Amino acid sequence: MELKRGSSSHSAYHLGPALKEGEERRTLSVLVDNEAGVLARVIGLFSGRGYNIESLTVAETDHTGHRSRITVVTTGTPMVLEQIKAQVDRIVPVHRVRDLTSEGPSVERELALVKVANVGDHRVESLRVKDAFRAQVVDASLESFVFEVTGSPEKIDAFIDLMRPLGLVDVSRTGVAAISRGPEGM
Amino acid sequence: MPTNTNSNTMTGAEIVIKSLIDQGVEVVFGYPGGAVLPIYDELFKQNQIEHVLVRHEQGATHAAEGYARSTGKPGVVLVTSGPGATNAVTGLQDALMDSIPMICLTGQVPTFMIGNDAFQEADTIGITRPCTKHNWLVKDTDDLAETMHEAFYVATNGRPGPVLIDIPKDVQFASGTYVGPRGVKPAGYQPRVKGDTAAIQAAVELMEGAERPLFYTGGGVINSGPHASQLLRDLVKATGFPITSTLMGLGAYPASGDKWLGMLGMHGSYEANWAMHDCDVMICVGARFDDRITGRLDAFAPNSKKIHIDIDPSSINKNVRADVPIVGDVGHVLEDMTRIFRSRGAKTNKTAVAKWWGEIGEWQAVKCFEYEGSTDLIKPQYAVERLAEAMKKHGDYYVTTEVGQHQMWAAQYIPFDAPNRWMTSGGLGTMGYGVPAAVGVQIAHRDSLVVDVAGEASFMMTMQEMSTAVQYKLPIKIFILNNERLGMVRQWQQLLHGERYSSSYSEALPDFVKLGEAFGCGGIRCDKPGELDDAIAEMIAYDGPVIFDCLVEKHENCFPMIPSGKAHNEMLLGSRASGGGGDISKAIESDGAVLV
Repeated sequence: MELKRGSSSHSAYHLGPALKEGEERRTLSVLVDNEAGVLARVIGLFSGRGYNIESLTVAETDHTGHRSRITVVTTGTPMVLEQIKAQVDRIVPVHRVRDLTSEGPSVERELALVKVANVGDHRVESLRVKDAFRAQVVDASLESFVFEVTGSPEKIDAFIDLMRPLGLVDVSRTGVAAISRGPEGM
Repeated sequence: MPTNTNSNTMTGAEIVIKSLIDQGVEVVFGYPGGAVLPIYDELFKQNQIEHVLVRHEQGATHAAEGYARSTGKPGVVLVTSGPGATNAVTGLQDALMDSIPMICLTGQVPTFMIGNDAFQEADTIGITRPCTKHNWLVKDTDDLAETMHEAFYVATNGRPGPVLIDIPKDVQFASGTYVGPRGVKPAGYQPRVKGDTAAIQAAVELMEGAERPLFYTGGGVINSGPHASQLLRDLVKATGFPITSTLMGLGAYPASGDKWLGMLGMHGSYEANWAMHDCDVMICVGARFDDRITGRLDAFAPNSKKIHIDIDPSSINKNVRADVPIVGDVGHVLEDMTRIFRSRGAKTNKTAVAKWWGEIGEWQAVKCFEYEGSTDLIKPQYAVERLAEAMKKHGDYYVTTEVGQHQMWAAQYIPFDAPNRWMTSGGLGTMGYGVPAAVGVQIAHRDSLVVDVAGEASFMMTMQEMSTAVQYKLPIKIFILNNERLGMVRQWQQLLHGERYSSSYSEALPDFVKLGEAFGCGGIRCDKPGELDDAIAEMIAYDGPVIFDCLVEKHENCFPMIPSGKAHNEMLLGSRASGGGGDISKAIESDGAVLV
């Protein structure tokens, strides 16, 4: 099953880090001018005001319009989350901030590259797990694989946990990319 | 210099000056250095903009703040790279916290040397990112004009604040195309000025039914312009509601007005703080529920509905939840609010409000600003009172302050009947603000009386600017309440550190009269209450800047006071006020002691 981030921390299926009492987890999508230092402005605001960043993803999304999209997963009380949104929104090169978690349905995906070094049974088992998670082999040697796995952060967590006893060497994760469902753009 | 091919092609340095002129800038506060020499060369060749040479870059920023705060126009600062920029940081943060429009131009090492630890290189953009509203590094002369105009737009629109443009030296030398200010504004920055009509309507409905209403106003009213202050006065008159203000908002409503309760907050008046605590409808206009205002948050105005008008959406619901948030410019919102209030028949709950005024009258009768007089020592409160009397007699006056006890006494005892007359470092609490701020105010108002109410410790942080005052013939008056102590630090040590006065006194103060003479200004000393009026009159009459050394009672505490971690209705009073004179050493409990 696929778990949605931001689900209650009391849920038996919740796999992410535990939330403190009264706190919620939100995914913010921030549309910014793609100019030097814009990422520093956004993350500097988070560190300067003591807000949490659980995941951060940024890349240019519109080359001609010089726009980038920053996706931030953050936690806080509803009052703090509202404050985070207002604070980010007043940064001059920020065009829009959307709270994807609270403003209707959205999809979230993350990609991870997972390196395992193994031989024998572990090698066979890691391939089985790879198939079960619909991951890809993107590099192979006689004693290692690099798997590419995509999905919700929880799915990736689970994949990594399973690879740990099978010779896990290295993990590189992209952080969450998220977008709202339905026809409307940002 | 390259030959101009047409009138719109010029060097970066020329573009800087042309942009400033086109933005209506009349004065720049600055200090030259290697990385801004091309701009200084252009300043030399023109006479539309006056350059004021300060003695330290921090002084340039506070002078620009004083200029901006007293005129409503943005202040402009020009400093060099590296230390020039880092010295400006305090003033930038000060302007950010008090919402003062300022444009700071910094020189930078040439683009091809950035990142190589060049002489006088600093990561100015990185350092100033959190202490400006926005900043820009200009790497291409063709982008310079547009960036300059954008900077003015950002500094002065929405919630005002400081911006910085970092200009590498090669960009100043190179040629580029000039564009005028018309239509230049950043695409992503469109602050909302008109308030939501439905929200304003809801606010008016709350006001109509209010039994214990209170206006709580702040610096946003001043920033919105004199028109907003007038609208506020009209609305207060139309409703008959009492009004209090933060430190930053003094003068928006006249201190002589009959609905005025005085300043609120940590050292605010008894009546203002009790009214805040007991009100049922609070109309917050351009203030931000700072911790000096609210005291203990969970006991702040516990039974009130709160209307919050602010141009900055991030100010709303930051510390205190607003029942009716209104995002917009104070002037626009007050105009709509007054119109809607009148169109519905200007209704208020007159019986209840009259009863409320009765309660307020009892708090006013406490006379919280009374103090123990003295015939042989000058009490600091007495000194400020006498200064205020003399200034009133003189006519229009502008007051700046440093930070500490004297600042609070100035706020308590000097009445302001007009906006833009009171310049103080509220949010950041910057000692050393007052002297350079007075320089900036006096530059803008050459013939007015400008007084810096100072403490001797704060004064010594930026006293080199007296030299600036002398050079530009600025007759600023520095009125030092000299207690040979860091008075507010001493007061806190007495209150919560067992009277252990760790480093809160000065063992080697200069002779301020001789210091004045050394700077080439007047020096006056007074230590007798009976001679004070004459001495103040001499200071005001003196043709030039004056350092006035007023030797006051050394251990006076500033009252009333809401101790840290306490609620408005737990405030301490001085010994002369009725009900005052409690044991202040037990006033703050351990959980309050961590709060500053």
